[in-house]
Amino acid sequence: MHVSIQQLNKSFGPVRANQDITIAFAAGQIHGILGENGAGKSTLMKLLSGVYKPDSGQIFINGNAVTLGTPRLAVQIGIGMVGQDPLDVPVFSVLENIACGLQMPSDADIRQQIMHWSTTLGFPLHPDQRMRDLTVGQRQQVEIVRLLIAGSHVLILDEPTTGITAAQVAALFAALKTIVATGKTVLFVTHKLDEIEVLCNTVTVLRAGQLVGTQLAMPISKEAMLTAMFGEFLTHPQVPAKPIPTDAPRWQLSDTMLQDTTFVLGPLNLSLPKGMIIGLAGLEGSGQRVFMHHLAGTAHPDRGHVHFNGQPLTRANPLVAWLPADRLHEGIIGAMSLSEHVQLLRDSLLAANQNATEKTAQLIVDYAIKATPDMPLQQLSGGNQQRAMLALIPESAQGILLEHPTRGLDTVSAMAIWQRLQVRRDNGATVLFFSADLSEIMQYSDAVLVFFGGQVSRLLARDSLSEEALAALIGGVGFAEVSA
Amino acid sequence: MKTQFVALRTPIIAMIVALTITAVLLLLAGADVFAAFGVLLTGALTTPSRIADMLMLLAPLLLCAVGLTMSFAAGQYNLGIEGQMTVGGVAAMWFLRGYQDGAPVLVYWIGAVLCGMLMGALWALLVALLKRYMRVSEIFAGLGFNFVALGLALYLVFGPWKRPGVASMSGTEPLADALWLPTVTGTRLTLVTPLLAIVMLAIVWRLIRHTHWGLQVRACGLSALASVRMGVPATRRTLEAMALCGACAGMAGALQVIGVYHALVPNVASGIGLMGLLVALLVRADIRWVAAVALFFAVITSGSIQLPLTLSIDSSISGVLQGLIVLAVIVARARRGEEVA
Repeated sequence: MHVSIQQLNKSFGPVRANQDITIAFAAGQIHGILGENGAGKSTLMKLLSGVYKPDSGQIFINGNAVTLGTPRLAVQIGIGMVGQDPLDVPVFSVLENIACGLQMPSDADIRQQIMHWSTTLGFPLHPDQRMRDLTVGQRQQVEIVRLLIAGSHVLILDEPTTGITAAQVAALFAALKTIVATGKTVLFVTHKLDEIEVLCNTVTVLRAGQLVGTQLAMPISKEAMLTAMFGEFLTHPQVPAKPIPTDAPRWQLSDTMLQDTTFVLGPLNLSLPKGMIIGLAGLEGSGQRVFMHHLAGTAHPDRGHVHFNGQPLTRANPLVAWLPADRLHEGIIGAMSLSEHVQLLRDSLLAANQNATEKTAQLIVDYAIKATPDMPLQQLSGGNQQRAMLALIPESAQGILLEHPTRGLDTVSAMAIWQRLQVRRDNGATVLFFSADLSEIMQYSDAVLVFFGGQVSRLLARDSLSEEALAALIGGVGFAEVSA
Repeated sequence: MKTQFVALRTPIIAMIVALTITAVLLLLAGADVFAAFGVLLTGALTTPSRIADMLMLLAPLLLCAVGLTMSFAAGQYNLGIEGQMTVGGVAAMWFLRGYQDGAPVLVYWIGAVLCGMLMGALWALLVALLKRYMRVSEIFAGLGFNFVALGLALYLVFGPWKRPGVASMSGTEPLADALWLPTVTGTRLTLVTPLLAIVMLAIVWRLIRHTHWGLQVRACGLSALASVRMGVPATRRTLEAMALCGACAGMAGALQVIGVYHALVPNVASGIGLMGLLVALLVRADIRWVAAVALFFAVITSGSIQLPLTLSIDSSISGVLQGLIVLAVIVARARRGEEVA
């Protein structure tokens, strides 16, 4: 089955998630879809699997224009998508999960089909196992088998290697090769260059909602893929970066293993000095978030300790401020106003007082927040919410952790935010941030940590790097030389 | 002031919808709609004794609603309110059983109310702890503990605390006359309960709206994740808010025993806690409206008692109206994309 798309457009409000995308996917091949987070990969795949409807443009199957409408219709036409997180019924058996969406004559038929595909693809599945007893990787295998039994000719996999074991990745890759050998098509969405290299026949790169160049036949060098993902590398005016101090560190990790449900990082040996701005560079999901959680004290290492100011960090420390990317969920309380937030952070018996009112008014001026003190923060624009969150960092904070500190802000606001953070740094605070924007890391960091393949590099002086070199490290090129 | 008006528009429209549906139901039943609404709204206010009866419902209702407003502010849907009221009554009865003729009555009254509050608070804390540490929804845990509390009361009424010779649903051996709270002449109403309800309303009002503690509770209720990030002790605040709610309910239960039933009856809660939930659902965490809404519910519930007598309409129409109002408000909120409760 030959799938192609013509001039596909999809916008969400002012955000043009996909712009004029035209690609043809040849049958019998694995097509890589590569791009940073927010590049528009997931939107494109959701258009192809019937989750979203395009604003304009056409999808063709074997040359005929089709309207996919709903995921159910897309599966009937022959396009199936395996999502990032398993969407199944945990108390059902493998058989029940597969059977519930199908119209097949009998369980015996389905059972036989499951056995057939499991054997063909080398998946150790049994129809009577409970879904909840399976690992994430096995549940993904069930999903693939389900779509194949439903008659899919095109399989879409969205970041399928997140959270599964190395052995399962190997099994998955082998299975995908078997599947395309039967003339089916696989679309493989990822931001990991290694996976594209070992698996894909072609690669299509998206950046900021647009197609970069045309579909490229593999093999292609990692450098070429990185250039396509990040665009032209800028050279930055060399403001001298602060040299890395050697006195007692702010944070210290010694042979420390960090872990969350899907990610293992380490073992790490790092000293993060006082009074620096440190950029965390790496493709999204390379462990930056796990790292920050541990530095904030809200997650605890599997092995070893995280020391803050010489003390082991066993719980959230009031001297560490953490600003999450998911502002309205984790960062601020949308229904409360800035003045209520100011009161919340103070330690006085009565809520409202003159001091809090004055402080709020001062913050609004200092951080140029477009809001009144009593406006619920959810009514503010994203940029103003971000400024409010920054304004609320206590003066006493010695460690400041930021996820995407200037996302959604215009250049002037971003510069103002950075000036504020630089003042904090000059007062001795250590500021860590991650950003999808390499230029931002190059422009504002004194030093950089690179995250790749479950490891973190040693602390690299910003002066010693160019944006191009940093991009290469993010993709793993030359990472071995800088790893701690 | 414009925002004030917009905020009020939804409940007003919801009210009109609920009244309209109730009117249609009354028409279908062949009743005189305007006469029926007239009786509902004024039936409780026509004679002093009817006003007294209405206040006897309003006082415990207000106590429960005030407590629930506290728990709703903390984001806890405390459906265990009836059970907390019941164990409050049980604890009060337990304390009062130690009374002997000639002992200072005031000490026993205060002791019984405090026991009721303490027991109610503990009962609510159990629910909150199950939620925090065992991930049991407070809705189901609360409902479950309601049955346990009822079972406890039934066991005591029919077992250890039964009247000599007879065990019946009508309750335990009545309290000594000296322990009955004094009533307003010519009525069964004691003024202690309404006064304490107003005191609790004032305390909770102050706590929620004017203290740092209350701000932290509301922050936990609105976003637990963000509050924890900003250093709010979310677990403690949630437990404290639930305990305070349980204490209000326990106080209501204790006062029902001392001032109304003069004995422990199994049904000491008698649906007042559930009506308190309706009030709390309507006002959400906004303490300013609790007294007015509770008064309205008490008036139409008491007024509805006159319906069968004057118009041959079943009194359950007041419950229908109350339910419809709450439903209409919740639907309106959901349509505006707001939090439902």
